[in-house]
Parts: sequence; C-alpha cells; structure tokens
Amino acid sequence: MNEFSWSRKDLLGIAELSAAEIGLILDTAESFREVATRPIKKVPTLRGKTVINLFFEASTRTRSSFEIAEKRLSADGLNFSSASSALVKGESLIDTALNLQAMAPDLIVIRHGHPGVPHMLARRVAAGVINAGDGAHEHPTQALLDAFTIRQAKGRIEGLRVAIIGDIEHSRVVRSNIHLLHKMGAQVVVAGPYTMMPAEIEALGVEVAHNLDDALRDADVVMMLRIQLERQGKSLIPSVKEYFNLFGLSRDRLKLAKDDVVVMHPGPMNRGVEIASDVADGPQSVILEQVSNGVAVRMAVLYLLSGVRGGEE
Amino acid sequence: MAGETKRDERILDARQMRRIVRRMAGELVEQNEGVEDLLLVGIRTRGVPLAEALAAEIEAMEGVVVARGVLDITLYRDDLSTIAPQPVVKETHIPSSIEGRTVVLCDDVLYTGRTIRAALDALIDYGRAKAVRLAVLIDRGHRELPIQGDVVGQTLATQPDDLVVVAFEATDQRDEVVIKRSSRQE
Repeated sequence: MNEFSWSRKDLLGIAELSAAEIGLILDTAESFREVATRPIKKVPTLRGKTVINLFFEASTRTRSSFEIAEKRLSADGLNFSSASSALVKGESLIDTALNLQAMAPDLIVIRHGHPGVPHMLARRVAAGVINAGDGAHEHPTQALLDAFTIRQAKGRIEGLRVAIIGDIEHSRVVRSNIHLLHKMGAQVVVAGPYTMMPAEIEALGVEVAHNLDDALRDADVVMMLRIQLERQGKSLIPSVKEYFNLFGLSRDRLKLAKDDVVVMHPGPMNRGVEIASDVADGPQSVILEQVSNGVAVRMAVLYLLSGVRGGEE
Repeated sequence: MAGETKRDERILDARQMRRIVRRMAGELVEQNEGVEDLLLVGIRTRGVPLAEALAAEIEAMEGVVVARGVLDITLYRDDLSTIAPQPVVKETHIPSSIEGRTVVLCDDVLYTGRTIRAALDALIDYGRAKAVRLAVLIDRGHRELPIQGDVVGQTLATQPDDLVVVAFEATDQRDEVVIKRSSRQE
C-alpha cells in the first residue's frame, strides 16, 4: 500500500504527475470502489465542502460521474453550464474566475474547449481545480479511470502493449492516456487515418502503426476512440462505412490481439463506426467497468485534493 | 520536543497478552450467550489482528468459526478538515449483512473514543445490527466522548503525552504492549 502523500492543489494533467502520484490515486480509488457496493452508498468525508462543476462544453457522462462522486462523498455540488453561464453574456474568463473565487468553493471541476483554461483558473483561485477536459489537451480523470480499469483486468500496467485506435488528433483523452501509460511502464501503439493523426505524435514516444492490423497484433489492451461525427469527424473520413472497413474493430480483427485482450472505449460509442456491436458487448469488453470505475477514481481525486489548502491570490 | 525523552516500559509480554485475549474471548462468549450471530470487526490497523486473535480463541473454545470483518474509519474521521494532507484510505470489508447480528468492534487501544465514534457511524451505513459491542485490549483513559469498552483486556493509567504501542505477531512479528512514557515534568 502507498504511504506517499498528496501535495498538489490541482489536478490539471497527467504530464506533470509522477508514477508515485498516479499510484496513490489508483490505490485510493481501489478503497472507494467498495462504497458503491454498500446499501448506503455515501460517506460523510467531504461534508460541508463545496464543489463547482463548471462545464463550458456539453458533457453528460463526465459531469454525471463527477456529480455522483461528489454526492457519495457528501460534498455540495453546484453546476454551471455554458448555456446558462454569464460567459454567453460577455463576461471574461478572468471575471468568471474572480466571481467563483468570491463564492469560496473548495474545489472547481472545469471543462473548456480551449487548452490551458483550467491552468489559468488554477492560478487565479484558492480552490483546487480539476481539469475535466481542456480541448484536445488533457483529460486526466479519464486516463486515470482507464488505467484503473486496465489494472483491474490485468493486475498490472507495466509491460503491457496498448493499442489506441481512431481519431488521435481530436480526442481529448489520448494525450493523457499516452503520458500515463508511459509513466506506468506500458508500451503504446497508435493507428488512425492520416487526417486524424497529429504531425507531432511520434514526439510523445509512441509507435505509429500504418494500419489497424499492425496495431492490434499482440495487443494486451485495445482502446477505441470516438469519431466525432457531430463535429469535424465527417469531413475527415470518406464515409462511415469505409472508416469501419479500415479502422473499425470487428470480432475477426480482434483475433490478432492476445487471447486475453481487453477492449475499452471512453464513450459515447458509435456502434458500427469505430466498433462493432458484438465487440462492444462481447466478453472482452470492459467498457461498462470503465464507467463504474470513473466514479471511484473521481472520488479519490476529490478526496485527495480537498486535503490541500490553496494559497491566497 | 527538546528536553523530552521517552522511557519505554513493557506492560505485557506475549504470554500475558495471550492469557488476556483468551479471557476476553471467554467474556465475549459469555456476554453474548453463544457465538452464532457474532461478527468480529477489526478497526484498521491493529484492531484487525486483535479480532483475528479473539476469533481463534473463540474457535478453540466453542469449535465454531466466527465471522470477521475489517473496517477503515478514515472517511468518517472528525478531523479531516484540520489535518493535511489527507490520510491514506484503505479498504473496508464487511463480509455479509450485519442485519440482526451482534457486531463486536475490536481495537487495540481505547483512548479519546473518537475512533470508535467514527467506527459506529461507518458501521451504521452497513445496516442495523442487533447490537454493537466494543472489545479493546488496552483502555488508557482520557476519553473525550461518552464511550466505554464492553470487554477490556487491561486498564492503564497514562499521561496524555504517553504513547501506548501494541504489537501483534501478525503485523509486527511479536506480541507485546509497550508504553513510551513522557518524562517531561508537568
């Protein structure tokens, strides 16, 4: 068990974390998982603490996951979403930050379309700031819940071969995942259409496969990424059908991976686009475990950050 | 602290500890008039080996395996907002429903009573036990809450600055109770 203690006010990204810090979050989440199995799924730990959920971009599952985590810890959660926020009335981000600070929250969970906004907020407020996704930059709690799910399925992360497939460029989860998997000693291979592959990707130390089959071969874990059909996704691929033929995960193709491979997807899934239904619902899928584990991991993060006092600004 | 030294004094050795645990097990069986509905719950860290030792003695006495559980009270502490960083949370394991059972909370040392208050709150979140009892190896006084042990191994007169250290074979490779007395003159 980890006896190392947490000292950061904020969780902004995985890039700056050490393997020991990641290990502490995962071990703490292990203990919180038990709370979900109790008849009364609530502990009094964060009673009297206020958490503001500040979502400048739509998110159902990440926000719900944070909300459930907050409720299970007895914190008071408060939701601000972009549609109702003063930001649409022309308030600057800095004024929003100062107004939030004046309400004296203990923690702020923020999602924003632009990279670096959570970092700016963290410098302005005494509250602990949790990045729930800043554009395509980092989404640390998703990477942590993915790592937790891998550890649960495989017993370890070190030495595993993890294939990440799909829209590498626009995914908000891929950078955090690459950082985390490398820090914990896994090997990462990525594959996707050229139009969805960032130019600098090799700089992150990943292997780039030229096609899906090369990436899948001998993989211990396959992470499928979502094609953002509602955004740029449609214009970057010739057709949904062709995308599935080239990069979609079917049962036959999954046979290239190790026999005990696990399949993951951060959701929401496009069945028949990036993943076949029989794979998503199949025995190797841990997609729903990812969702359950997300609550435990977010409880761990809320718990650890709430013990660190922020300085006055 | 400067000018302060600790004198170690052994209160119990392995043989004395064994006798006391055996007597406590006997008292538990007697008070409960049987062992069928008993659930021994050890409070982390050193309530756990005490619960195991009591269970072993009861089994030797009655020929019945007693159910055990492990409770981590970190999430129920009343000092979380005053200490930093956050203490490490470890797993709780309560084997089955506590509904209708007599739960015996086990801890090595009873001091302020705050740990037991937290343990009671935690336990209540697992259901409605028929009764909850408290078994402690050492009662060192200085209570800050109205909590008393039902089965007590030994009562020790201590100063608030003293440290009572209980070691168990399972966690510390030896059975003994040592008091580290503060020599500072009040």
